[in-house]
Amino acid sequence: MNLEPLQQKLLAAARAHPPADRVPYAFEQRIRAHLSTLPPVDLAALWARALWRAAVTCVAVTLLLATWSFVQSPASSTTEDLSQQFEQTLLAAADQLEETW
Amino acid sequence: MEPTEAELIVAAVKGDAASFEPLVQKYSPRVFATARRYARLEREVEDIAQEIWVKAFQKLGSFRGEAPFEHWLMRLAVRTCYDFLRAHQRNRESAFSELSEPEDDWLERFAAAPESVNEHAEAAKLLVERVLAQMAPASRLIITLLEIEDRSVKEIAGLTGWSVPLVKVRAFRARAEMRKILTRIAQDKYL
Repeated sequence: MNLEPLQQKLLAAARAHPPADRVPYAFEQRIRAHLSTLPPVDLAALWARALWRAAVTCVAVTLLLATWSFVQSPASSTTEDLSQQFEQTLLAAADQLEETW
Repeated sequence: MEPTEAELIVAAVKGDAASFEPLVQKYSPRVFATARRYARLEREVEDIAQEIWVKAFQKLGSFRGEAPFEHWLMRLAVRTCYDFLRAHQRNRESAFSELSEPEDDWLERFAAAPESVNEHAEAAKLLVERVLAQMAPASRLIITLLEIEDRSVKEIAGLTGWSVPLVKVRAFRARAEMRKILTRIAQDKYL
């Protein structure tokens, strides 16, 4: 069976049968009644919920970073080396000045 | 004097549900026609329409009036229908063995003489509904908007909130998915 014409035929069938736009009786009144039963939007509650979510995320990130730094630190003593290297680099110009004088 | 649409919207934003009623009355036919594209059972259609209107009432404050209210509402409607499809995607039909007799006849007539079959036939409508029901939510939405409602890619991007390249990629995938489903029908029937 050739599928391309079948696909086109079926799409043409879908176009030829648009869905009905009838609305159930008194639908707008039903919506109005439903809307009047909805609780009003509480902005403070929305803010509180968003802040709690943010707080949980922050705590999770803090814990992850703390764990990572805890696991990393004993393995190598690169922190000291790095600080010494940084100090040497920073004071290299001053050392050179001292030598010149 | 009848209040204008803009006045009704301003009143509804302030929480006046009575002012919202004429808007519901005016635009419900379009909302129902949209919902019927994606849901088969009338109960589901009513649930979708109700959800669309409740969302519209709650989000009316975000309507800036730059575009017509109908466009804003249709964006909301399409996104709600997409959410419905995603929520019900487990219910997608999985077998083609249960083709009804008229659908089976229509397919046989198509296989014998593709040009002679009538696309206005009820069986063709049922068959295309069956194929669409098999598709993934994004694919079904794209095929409906692009191929059946004949909308442009840019329009679909506006309605769905997807980027233009994403719409094009999803359209390509949707056509391939539809072809795959049709291949399965053909195999089930003739092998």
